[in-house]
Amino acid sequence: MSATLLEAEALTKHFPVRRGLLGRSAGVVRAVDSVSFTIDAGKTLGLVGESGCGKTTTSRMVLNVEAPTSGTIRFDGALLSALDRDGLRRYRRAVQAVFQDPYASLDPRMRVGAIVGEPLVINERPDASTLRKRVLELLDLVGLPERAAELFPHEFSGGQRQRIAIARALALSPKLVVLDEPVSALDVSIRAQILNLLRDLQRRLGVAYLFIAHDLAAVAHMSHAIAVMYLGRIVELGAAADVALRPKHPYTQALFSAALPLAPRDRREEIILSGEIPSPLDPPPGCRFHTRCPHVMDRCRTDEPPLAPESGRLVACHLYPLTTPAIRG
Amino acid sequence: MSAPVIDVRNLRTHIVTRWGTIKAVDGVSFAVAEGETLGLVGESGSGKSMTCLSILRLTPRPAARILGGQVLLDGDDLLTKSAREMQRIRGKRVAMILQDPMSSLNPVFSIGMQVREPLASYHGLSGKALASRAVELLGAVGISSPAARLRAFPHQLSGGMRQRVVGAMAISAPPRLLIADEPTTSLDLTIQAQYLRLLKELQERHRLAMIFVTHNLGIVAKMCDRVAVMYAGRIVEAGPVETIFAAPRHPYTRALLESVPRLGAQTEWLTAIDGQPPDLAALPPGCAFAPRCAHAMERCRAQEPPEFALGAGHASRCWLDAPA
Repeated sequence: MSATLLEAEALTKHFPVRRGLLGRSAGVVRAVDSVSFTIDAGKTLGLVGESGCGKTTTSRMVLNVEAPTSGTIRFDGALLSALDRDGLRRYRRAVQAVFQDPYASLDPRMRVGAIVGEPLVINERPDASTLRKRVLELLDLVGLPERAAELFPHEFSGGQRQRIAIARALALSPKLVVLDEPVSALDVSIRAQILNLLRDLQRRLGVAYLFIAHDLAAVAHMSHAIAVMYLGRIVELGAAADVALRPKHPYTQALFSAALPLAPRDRREEIILSGEIPSPLDPPPGCRFHTRCPHVMDRCRTDEPPLAPESGRLVACHLYPLTTPAIRG
Repeated sequence: MSAPVIDVRNLRTHIVTRWGTIKAVDGVSFAVAEGETLGLVGESGSGKSMTCLSILRLTPRPAARILGGQVLLDGDDLLTKSAREMQRIRGKRVAMILQDPMSSLNPVFSIGMQVREPLASYHGLSGKALASRAVELLGAVGISSPAARLRAFPHQLSGGMRQRVVGAMAISAPPRLLIADEPTTSLDLTIQAQYLRLLKELQERHRLAMIFVTHNLGIVAKMCDRVAVMYAGRIVEAGPVETIFAAPRHPYTRALLESVPRLGAQTEWLTAIDGQPPDLAALPPGCAFAPRCAHAMERCRAQEPPEFALGAGHASRCWLDAPA
């Protein structure tokens, strides 16, 4: 059991929707609605769900670029909302991000050495020789040659650019890196390189990851724990192997059955959901998944199920009667 | 086996750029029979999309040139057709579904106008017959309350719904050959599962020959009867999907299959393919995969491997498979 690094409790983000000239309020989008999870030091939490489920908004709150409407984030035991300027500065150094598109996240007019060194220049003001030494160490860490420092991003392929973005994220020795679809934009033959690199870096540096991806096999491969989100709620949360291979929530079951087989004979039982994802502006009452659920019961339409322990993980579903007191969330 | 619907023979399409000539499609041959699905697999730049565009003669002009080969649709060579004849063939005998439905739909026309257009021009339908056929087509792709949806504009529909509309237009003829170029890449997982099932249903109903372009091996396993793996403009391995997954021969195919994380496999490290995708303007002599290949021999760097038949429709372009 390792130490808890980050603890999100009842994290909520509502975006007001305004219409018309006077900005008349027309309701709120409940992008993230009372979500609780923890990330252990040196471990990976995978966050999966379809577009609009709130996984990116959640990661933005963790990165402190979006303030929660309510709920709290604790990092190393300290309440994020109570941090002073210095505390926030330290938090931003400790939590870094790698984004999906390495073509958009690197400044095309900066040399790679300057890109990777920028966080150091801003935060530590090292002298020129220390800076250069650190930059070369970082490039070496992500498997790029020394001469890469002198080149511009356009001289690199997608996979190499993602290595540059990873080197920049690691410059300040963060404790947590948010990986938002880090391999989706890369060629298939390159993805394995980057996933292996991320895993190797976690081993060597003890960094924790919040790994967001829609490739479920990749999430299962990379994560220690997985949280499945649907319309702003966590519907299932548990150890990666349990959630991926023995899912309990009907949505998780459908999601992982939609994950494609890797061999023609491996045709798992396929659950094809009907209908589309409802609008987060007007989520269904009761269980938010009830409009598409193959096991829907009467009470699902009115009572929202709490996230409660079931078979060693947390599940929010009325199919599993409460045996122990529920954890509201 | 019946005569193939589409029989591509030694197709060569080159692109002239400032940096030199790119052999985007370099001697590609394959055939697809009625009711059969061929998966065309490869990374970006491997030539899979350019192969499909060449079949439809929609390669970007003037940069791309189809230099040779034959594209036989029911025995009829499309490369000898006039522009006017091709226009009659596209949409009617060959239809294509692209990755982004918005690139196939016009944002300023209603769904109804766009679905009715091919029906009116190809089938001469009008009036009530036209209206009811349009409703029928939307119903056939699983769109609820189709009559109301016909009045909607593309931006009012979700991504999955738009791709269904594109599917409805594609089968309006119905065509002999359906080319689907990464049709589900922009869709969410549960919506992707719905759409793949729909494509299978449409194919079975109309006995379509289908070319399914994708980089996702999971989709290939689910959708295809046969696979052709492309690398740097060539098909490096082709065969029945079961054979390719159970006993891949070409080192690139093997590496691709091993590099993908699998649900349930407790592997610590993925098998990564070294190096970077090839620079098509500066391909090495010999086998294009040799610089990244773990089994490369001297011969691979000097001489390009021909296709070696391995039996039962299975072939590979690798010196390892050369008969001793």
